[in-house]
Amino acid sequence: MLDGYLPAILGGLASTLSVAATSLAIACLFGMLGAAGKLSGARAIAALANIYTTLIRGVPELVLMLLIFYGGQIALNAVVDRLGGSHIDIDPFTAGTLTLGFIFGAFLTETFRGAILAIPRGQSEAAEAFGLTSWQVLRRITLPQMVRHAIPGFTNSWLVMLKASALVSIIGLDDMVHRASLAASATRKPFTFYAIIAILYLLLTTVSILGLGWLERRYSLGVRKADLR
Amino acid sequence: MIDWVVITSSIPAFLSGLKITLILLALSCASGFVLSIPLAVARVSAQRRFWLPVFLFTYIMRGTPLLVQMFMVYHGLAQFEAVRDSFAWVALKSPWFCAWLVFTLNTSAYTTEIFAGALKATPSGELEAARSLGLTESAIYRRILLPSALRRALPQYGNEVVMMMHATAIASTVTLVEITRVARDVYYNHLTVTESFGVAAVIYFVLTFSIAGLFKLVENRVLRHIPPTARGDA
Repeated sequence: MLDGYLPAILGGLASTLSVAATSLAIACLFGMLGAAGKLSGARAIAALANIYTTLIRGVPELVLMLLIFYGGQIALNAVVDRLGGSHIDIDPFTAGTLTLGFIFGAFLTETFRGAILAIPRGQSEAAEAFGLTSWQVLRRITLPQMVRHAIPGFTNSWLVMLKASALVSIIGLDDMVHRASLAASATRKPFTFYAIIAILYLLLTTVSILGLGWLERRYSLGVRKADLR
Repeated sequence: MIDWVVITSSIPAFLSGLKITLILLALSCASGFVLSIPLAVARVSAQRRFWLPVFLFTYIMRGTPLLVQMFMVYHGLAQFEAVRDSFAWVALKSPWFCAWLVFTLNTSAYTTEIFAGALKATPSGELEAARSLGLTESAIYRRILLPSALRRALPQYGNEVVMMMHATAIASTVTLVEITRVARDVYYNHLTVTESFGVAAVIYFVLTFSIAGLFKLVENRVLRHIPPTARGDA
């Protein structure tokens, strides 16, 4: 089937998924750090977090990706040179996932910040009054409740990031788009192969929307919605 | 250190790249806007034969990466002999036409959903009042629903225009020498990051906040009657 390129495309799908999943983990980390920074009350840290989110939102993903992929490489080697080490090559996977994670961490910062602010202040005050440590307050009170508020924004960011992950093929990562372009030039059937990966992306986004919608309903079980009809 | 000689010598290239980015943006947004108004009206229709095709179109366009859409049209259509032999091939083999076509379809999908959402959010009293005055269905859309919906959609539409401006960077993959392509050329010639991608990032940054500022100005004018808290942030 497909001139024998189906396994190659599916291998690319696995690579796309691992890029997206790794980037998501990194983005969540940056998002939580950013949200914590913005809500920390320390003016310098909040300003730093604001610069981070503003800069990222002002520049296209592709340009940021090229900037970090090539710039990060040079900056890292400048440091290594100074320390007397040998030349290091950042592989495209590391560069791609770090870049995507860094970019979408900025979007998740806003999502997480809003979700934390949506929890009534009395909740964490009550927890502190009970003698919980700040780590316990985060883990037992804030995190479980912010999930519900964060899911819609999180879904949106995840979908945009999944689609943006197609750009890693430009910095040389062997993802689904790269495999499709190899198969396309070998078989001279570019439309067929790009259409197939388009369908695979559509399947991924559909599954994401359904899955995260289910999760949101589960986390909102105890909440009654305003009936506007 | 920053090499200012590289920067000053690449200014003309970046200016012509900026021009191409802006032309691509203006053309795609203009045609996407025109296309999305009838699509949004069909999207909110009660009849399935109207809303279903539009829903499928926006779902597919919004569910697949722009890069893949671009490759499907620019590289993909050449696969079919019928396309290569048809008169449309004159246009379809041009990267300009393909980029414009893909950007238009892509932005119209997102814009359709934005406008459809704004149409659905019309207070039902406005519609009832228009009907009881005996306005025809088309007059209701022309004079009541669309003007207020488009006004309410303005903040979100401004976001979409900014997103579209960022999306024009994808045109660099189909040989159009816009800002990102210029940056890549400068990088390959001089192997310096700040003077190539750094400069491009600064240009995009300035463009982003200029467009956002422009939309804020228009919003302040046409949304004066709506209190700021109800507007959402753009």
